[in-house]
Amino acid sequence: MYLYDDIDRRMLADRAQEFRAQCARRLAGEITEDQFKPLRLMNGLYLQLHAYMLRVAIPYGTLSADQLRALAHVARTYDKGYGHFTTRTNLQLHWIKLRDAPDILDHLAEVGLHAIQTSGNCIRNLTADPYAGAAGDEVDDSRVWAEVIRQWSTFHPEFSYLPRKFKIAVTASPTDRAATRIYDIGLRLYRDADGELAFEVGVGGGLGRLPYIGAVIRERLPVRHLLSYLQAILRVYNLHGRRDNIHKARIKVLVASLGPEEFARQVEAEWEASDKPAVDLPHSELARIRAGFMPTGFEALPAVSRRFEAAKADSRALARFARHNLAPHKQPGYAIVHVSLKAIGETPGDCSADQMDLVADLADRYSHGEIRVAYEQNLILPHVKLDDVPEVHAALDAAGLATPNIALISDIIACPGLDYCALANARAIPVAQDIARRFADPEFAERIGELKIKISGCINACGHHHVGHIGILGVDKKGEEYYQLSLGGSGEGDASIAQILGPAVPAARVAPFIDDLVGVYLAERREGERFLDTVRRTGLAPFKAAAYADAH
Amino acid sequence: MPMLINWRDGAATAARDGFVTLADDAPLSDGDVVVTWARFQAEGALLIARGRRVGVRLASAESPEVLAPVLDALNLVALEFPKFRDGRAYSSARLLRERMGWRGELRAVGDVLVEQAYLMIRCGFDAFEPADASTPADWTAAAARFAHVYQRAADSRPPAFAEREGV
Repeated sequence: MYLYDDIDRRMLADRAQEFRAQCARRLAGEITEDQFKPLRLMNGLYLQLHAYMLRVAIPYGTLSADQLRALAHVARTYDKGYGHFTTRTNLQLHWIKLRDAPDILDHLAEVGLHAIQTSGNCIRNLTADPYAGAAGDEVDDSRVWAEVIRQWSTFHPEFSYLPRKFKIAVTASPTDRAATRIYDIGLRLYRDADGELAFEVGVGGGLGRLPYIGAVIRERLPVRHLLSYLQAILRVYNLHGRRDNIHKARIKVLVASLGPEEFARQVEAEWEASDKPAVDLPHSELARIRAGFMPTGFEALPAVSRRFEAAKADSRALARFARHNLAPHKQPGYAIVHVSLKAIGETPGDCSADQMDLVADLADRYSHGEIRVAYEQNLILPHVKLDDVPEVHAALDAAGLATPNIALISDIIACPGLDYCALANARAIPVAQDIARRFADPEFAERIGELKIKISGCINACGHHHVGHIGILGVDKKGEEYYQLSLGGSGEGDASIAQILGPAVPAARVAPFIDDLVGVYLAERREGERFLDTVRRTGLAPFKAAAYADAH
Repeated sequence: MPMLINWRDGAATAARDGFVTLADDAPLSDGDVVVTWARFQAEGALLIARGRRVGVRLASAESPEVLAPVLDALNLVALEFPKFRDGRAYSSARLLRERMGWRGELRAVGDVLVEQAYLMIRCGFDAFEPADASTPADWTAAAARFAHVYQRAADSRPPAFAEREGV
């Protein structure tokens, strides 16, 4: 993976030093909380219900083993011994003391980590394909372009006070594993008819109060012009995005109100007038960044590992893990291994310091020292030899990290909700735990197949409920926590916004409700249909009828 | 009168403000004035004809492109930050400097805070009316917080990729 050079490291050190001075002024009472707020937010430090929360950026979800160990150290030393991986592939530490924050940032900077632009109305941490560099179906390593954008967008002088936050995702594979269609800008890399790399540029996707699937404003952008084109989009947005109403300030509202054609016209006009060579990266720099992501150290191995096949034949648990937590690797004899942070009954996305250390050690021993964070709130060991999967599985299993449930009903996305977050209307975590316990039987979960449940504790939709096969939104009904269910959403290549099923139900009714929905699916499904496919074919009616049967 | 800070050759210094900023309904004062775009359209030609130095103050929603036909006649452009979070003037400043060729004074007015010094200077502002009682020394220090920059802007700082080429 790309290693920060002296310039990259100096940027982090300068930032950490700046924040130390700002914290000192606050602790000495020289500035008020109101004056301090925008400064700490720019460093990812939020004040939540119970304590300060530090959101550490994990650029494009890629971590080295040393970085993960540093996160474990911080979680153990300055927090309660765990952290929470989010749908933005960041790590949130929820129990931070202000006086410790500068030391934490110093410690993170030593391993090239930071909390830069994890908050504020700026260009946020980048998202890329968590399988990048390992996926057989990618046309390029999406992290190369994410790193290009990371550097360009860091402390950008023009785009640090946008109308609202701004998120960019990059994929280089026909299978969209980065949810690019629900991003402010979704970049999809492909090879055109001449074999040249180009981006399809989508703009104006987003969830929250007004969910939108992004519109394609340019079908073919030559990759060399990526940064000048991004500058044009951001400039049009910065000048014309709404600033009078926080709920209408995201770029999706501008794109929707102008119409994608008119928005595209304005972007193209701005782009044509701009000095592209001044903004676009020279070829040499792109090559330097690309070199940082070159694959190294793969062995020539047979595609089938006899050792692994024999071990699977001996162990149903390993065989089940292999069916659900492994993905094919582009290199024969290797696999992409998912580390499930969705153990039944645990908090989705939470990871203890000890678990982080274990995964880091496994990465060092078995995965080229690399770890990925997926937006589904799981970790990934991207480069594991099939021969080594039995050992990796055993070690993960002993630490509660091998639940064989990737993309199954208990692999639930949930935001921190009212247990932590000052914005939430309702808790998300206990609802996820309830559902997972109800579907704890792995045989049954496997029979149900792919089913993505996504839970948000408020309309801001950090839990992606709009794009869940089953989406669950926490709402406040006269001081009580209620949950509104919706069906048929997807954040992937076939992106769609889920439709509301009916009236919200109290917390205790959610898991039985899911049971009813699954029952309808199992009765209605045709050969090969996932839950989502059945919902799309039948519409909501049969699900509504069964789930609300008691109400009539 | 608010303090005026000038930015020249990598340092901030206190400056005397030779301009009086006139509200639209204020009576015309003597000397050099800064007026809104609306007032400039009504009175600008007359003021210039009388030999006064004239500046225009643009609200954050006003496009700098309106100034294109009159830019040569102006002595100052002021861009307003109604709130420090309203970042439109950063884009307007870059357009004035990099596309419209404005080389005269570009002044940041309104909710102008030293915390944003680095951004403003990079976008081409060279004069500031700070709203937070910050001093020229504060501005010089704030502008120097980062030893490197990652992207080209309206200043002359070389981006990281150019520095790397030079090594």
